[in-house]
Amino acid sequence: MQTSEKPQTTPAPPERSVKEELKKKNPSLVLGLRAVRTGPVLILVLLCIVLFAATPDFLTAGNIANIGIQTSVVAILALGQFLVILTQGIDLSVGSVLSLASVVGAGLFVHAGIGEFAILAMLLVGMLVGFVNGFVLTRWRIPHPFIVTLGTLNVAGGAALLLSNGSAILGSPAIASFLGTGRLLGIPVPVIFTIVLATLAWLFTNRIQAGRWLYALGGNPEGAKRAGIPVKNLLTMAYVLSGLFAACAAIVLVGRTYSGYPIAGLGLELDSIAAVIIGGTSFFGGRGTVGNVIVGALILGVLRNGLNLLNVSSFWQQVAIGVILVVAVGIDVLRSDIEKKIRTAEAKALAS
Amino acid sequence: MTIDNFTDTTGAAVPLLEVKDAVMRFGAVTALNGVNLTLNRGEILALLGDNGAGKSTMIKCISGVQQLSEGQIYLEGQPVSPRTPKEARELGIETVYQDLALFDNMSAAQNFFAGRELTTPKWMGSAGFVRRKAMVKESAKVLERLQVGVHDPNGPVGLMSGGQRQAVAVARAEAWAKRIVILDEPTAALGVRESRNVLELVKRLPQKGISVILISHNMEEVMALADRAIVFRQGRLVGEAIPTPENHEKIVSMIVGADTLKTWS
Ligand SMILES: Nc1ncnc2c1ncn2[C@@H]1O[C@H](COP(=O)(O)OP(=O)(O)OP(=O)(O)O)[C@@H](O)[C@H]1O
Ligand SMILES: [Mg+2]
Repeated sequence: MQTSEKPQTTPAPPERSVKEELKKKNPSLVLGLRAVRTGPVLILVLLCIVLFAATPDFLTAGNIANIGIQTSVVAILALGQFLVILTQGIDLSVGSVLSLASVVGAGLFVHAGIGEFAILAMLLVGMLVGFVNGFVLTRWRIPHPFIVTLGTLNVAGGAALLLSNGSAILGSPAIASFLGTGRLLGIPVPVIFTIVLATLAWLFTNRIQAGRWLYALGGNPEGAKRAGIPVKNLLTMAYVLSGLFAACAAIVLVGRTYSGYPIAGLGLELDSIAAVIIGGTSFFGGRGTVGNVIVGALILGVLRNGLNLLNVSSFWQQVAIGVILVVAVGIDVLRSDIEKKIRTAEAKALAS
Repeated sequence: MTIDNFTDTTGAAVPLLEVKDAVMRFGAVTALNGVNLTLNRGEILALLGDNGAGKSTMIKCISGVQQLSEGQIYLEGQPVSPRTPKEARELGIETVYQDLALFDNMSAAQNFFAGRELTTPKWMGSAGFVRRKAMVKESAKVLERLQVGVHDPNGPVGLMSGGQRQAVAVARAEAWAKRIVILDEPTAALGVRESRNVLELVKRLPQKGISVILISHNMEEVMALADRAIVFRQGRLVGEAIPTPENHEKIVSMIVGADTLKTWS
């Protein structure tokens, strides 16, 4: 560092005291912020309490394992979707990628006799579609990822139907069966697999330089460019990873259903987006955490499971999911409002 | 690598930065039309001019955001042509942009290191692990040393006041710059008191051997800080003066164009 020299300015008033003062003057604001920041966890806890009160079947070991298994596919999709949404993007193709990868995996396993290598082919399919998304978006300068991935949603979805002639292919590599239906120490393997993938995603977004750049890119794309971040490659990587996660979800699903099904992923892209948004990720990029994304997926899973237990029709389930989605985003808006208020209050306190 | 500055003031005859015959066209618009400018070592050079005069365009070309259509930039006598902001920064040129290239969603420490995080192991490149504690420590040191009224390097920049944010941006430039800091209207959005803090920071840069290019519309500020002022009008350099109260009127008339194509020095 430099030769230490005393600056001539009088030191600014310590910021700490301003915060303390604010807490005293406006405790509801600070408390409110704390509550709102826990957002998705709060929703999940409340939801569990209500369901526990409503039906004793909810909190049984068997049912909890069920929720875990049912949630795993959407949760894994949501991890990839999260990386993309962090960059202000969106990946509508993940459901179709899941379908295509499942058909390719089961098809190669049954017909090509390549055994477990079918898993590898599935991962390659995911990465390939992701690469196409990223490449077309960044190099052809298509104005918005919505358009590119809407394209690949249709291409990959169509390819899955073409390859399978529109019907299910029965069969599953042993690895997929293990990841989809196995148990380790009584815990469903798909749950463990999801936790492993979530941990990797957490590690990536929190500890790895390229992962940190996703936040920079999502927070200020022009700033990221000027900070020397290789924006195009980073974006492409985000879509490749999203495709890869979709392929991982496909592996779990093939194992669980012992088949590749060309419309297995139909509509799942919307579930994955819902999970990410309910998990408090900003749709405008740059904000969100892996932990909360998993919580978002759990909220969806718990809600569906609970309403099933209560024999609520799937029509009403859909309504409930819609309400939760909007409430979750409302909470996020509230958060940024409160943060803004605190900021102005602080600035005022500093200026006076 | 740590954030570090070095002082190089041993007098060589060549100016630190020289721009020769700079031309910049955007389609039919000629934003720069044959500009020559020099920046000396340890100097604070004010870049003045009306809206649309070409000031931002000039500094964007120096800092690698855009490339000159014609002309050449020399750094310590060597021709350079930074094609990206990264290349410019590697040449020791840091820029605080008019539109504040801060990341509101990240902390002050993360902003300090955005794009050049400390990582380990080195060979893994951008797949390496970020050294969070080291970065927080380094940025805390810089904030402490500069006394800019930001004490918590982990505080999100988005929640800071305009003055604090600008202080973070200037401090970041100060910490990384080896040769030149460019500031594009650093106080335009700030109150009197906040401006003063930021200007205090700018004033101290030459003591560290860093030269400054300061774009400003505020003559008071220019007179208080700058060693020399140059004036742009419609993409041309139309004059140069020492910013003193006696020269105030001269400079203003150069800016508004009452006295075309006459130079002082
Ligand atoms: N990317 C661009 N594309 C087209 N025209 C541009 C571009 N950037 C700048 N210009 C034009 O070049 C001219 C100079 O702009 P510049 O931003 O350099 O002005 P300035 O001196 O910084 O003004 P201000 O004081 O308002 O910031 C203007 O006419 C502007 O419209
Ligand atoms: Mg400008």
